Amino acid sequence: MNILEFNNIIYKDDDKIILDNISFDVNTGDFISIVGPSGSGKSTLLKLCSHLKSPTSGTILFNGKDIGKSNPVNLRKDIAYCFQTPYLFGDTVSDNLSFPYSIRDKKIDMERINYLFSIFNLDKDLFSKSILNLSGGEKQRVALIRTLLFEPKILLLDEVTSALDVDNTTTVDNAIRDLNSKGLTILWITHNPQQSKKYANKILTLENGKITSLEVIK
Amino acid sequence: MNTATMNVSSLLIASVLVIVSMGFSYFQKLKLEKETLIGVIRAIIQLTAVGYVLNFIFGLKNPLFTTMLVLFMLYNAAYNASKRGKNIRNGLLISFISIGAGTAVTLSILVIAGAIKYEPYQIVPISGMIISNAMVAIGLCYKQLISDFKNKRDEVETKLSLGADILPSSINLIRDSIKTGMLPTIDSMKTLGIVSLPGTMTGLILAGTAPLEAIKFQIMVTFMLLSTTSIAAFSACYLAYKGFFNERKQLR
Repeated sequence: MNILEFNNIIYKDDDKIILDNISFDVNTGDFISIVGPSGSGKSTLLKLCSHLKSPTSGTILFNGKDIGKSNPVNLRKDIAYCFQTPYLFGDTVSDNLSFPYSIRDKKIDMERINYLFSIFNLDKDLFSKSILNLSGGEKQRVALIRTLLFEPKILLLDEVTSALDVDNTTTVDNAIRDLNSKGLTILWITHNPQQSKKYANKILTLENGKITSLEVIK
Repeated sequence: MNTATMNVSSLLIASVLVIVSMGFSYFQKLKLEKETLIGVIRAIIQLTAVGYVLNFIFGLKNPLFTTMLVLFMLYNAAYNASKRGKNIRNGLLISFISIGAGTAVTLSILVIAGAIKYEPYQIVPISGMIISNAMVAIGLCYKQLISDFKNKRDEVETKLSLGADILPSSINLIRDSIKTGMLPTIDSMKTLGIVSLPGTMTGLILAGTAPLEAIKFQIMVTFMLLSTTSIAAFSACYLAYKGFFNERKQLR
């Protein structure tokens, strides 16, 4: 079943065409790598998915429903988005991890947090640490955990491992593959050709705002 | 209350002070003589005109007319504040509501408490003070809000992407802006009587009021400025932040 459908999406920024007539479907459980040169519209595509931007024309359907007509707040709870440069707010890791609970008026679930800490290979003590004392890899993993606390339906990743070292990249890769094997649909922008082929079942290539290929590899 | 008077001849002698300033400018080649002269002439004309206008209004003793004058001051302050926040949507309306709310609450409390009477000679100068203070405060709030929504876009967008509504996504920026608007009032409050003898107190002492009586008025002024600033800053920031989002809860 299609969890996401892009129908003739055009996105213009001040008359400049960023995405030009994009149409493709995403099936539940897909792991799609999105590749293409800088400025080809990859990040814009993800921002359209999480409805942080609206297309100039065309529709995006999530579970058959036009996201332009859905409640944007509820939609973003189902379609989680992790940015290329992780932005941690407040003072501590706990400020960041308690935020998704506070906006849902829910009590913090330490069991869930500890589970995600373990799959992302983070020490439990990190929870009370100041964000100023975190390494780049730790920051990115905390940002990922923050998006995954409430089991979204789709996870959008924008080059989340591009600034990480080999060990951190492997940890994140494995954790994300693990989540995908449990049914989470993933759209991942990556510049690393090896990474894109290793885990993904489809590779979408964008150039100058157009889809040049959608390859099914598994 | 004692009334102070001044002879026109005393004022003319005091005008020597202007010549002192122009003399400095001439000998130091600052080329400020013309500017100074224009400034002095304008000040004399404007203040004389205001003096006649106030004299006329104070003579009317009509509460409706007093209210109309306060509304006129309010509109001008709102217009000025909205120009400070050019990127604030509905800036004029938001400024009018915010300064108006601060002024209405503060004046009501002062009148109900019996601290002042709803007479033009009390309402007009006091409204002038609180309205101008609120105008400056929300001008600062707007400046901070615009700069925060530009510089902290990542924070807001990250919170939106986590499924937060626009208020929790912007709450830090709103608080930051309210603080910015209120800090000058709080800071000046801390140094009252130490760094400067503030306007109301100075005016009353010059007019012959005993210092211990004058401080009561100054304390009242301090309270009313604090209350108006906080109400105006709070209301302006909470009304203005929504304009940074579109109807799909996306940053503009």
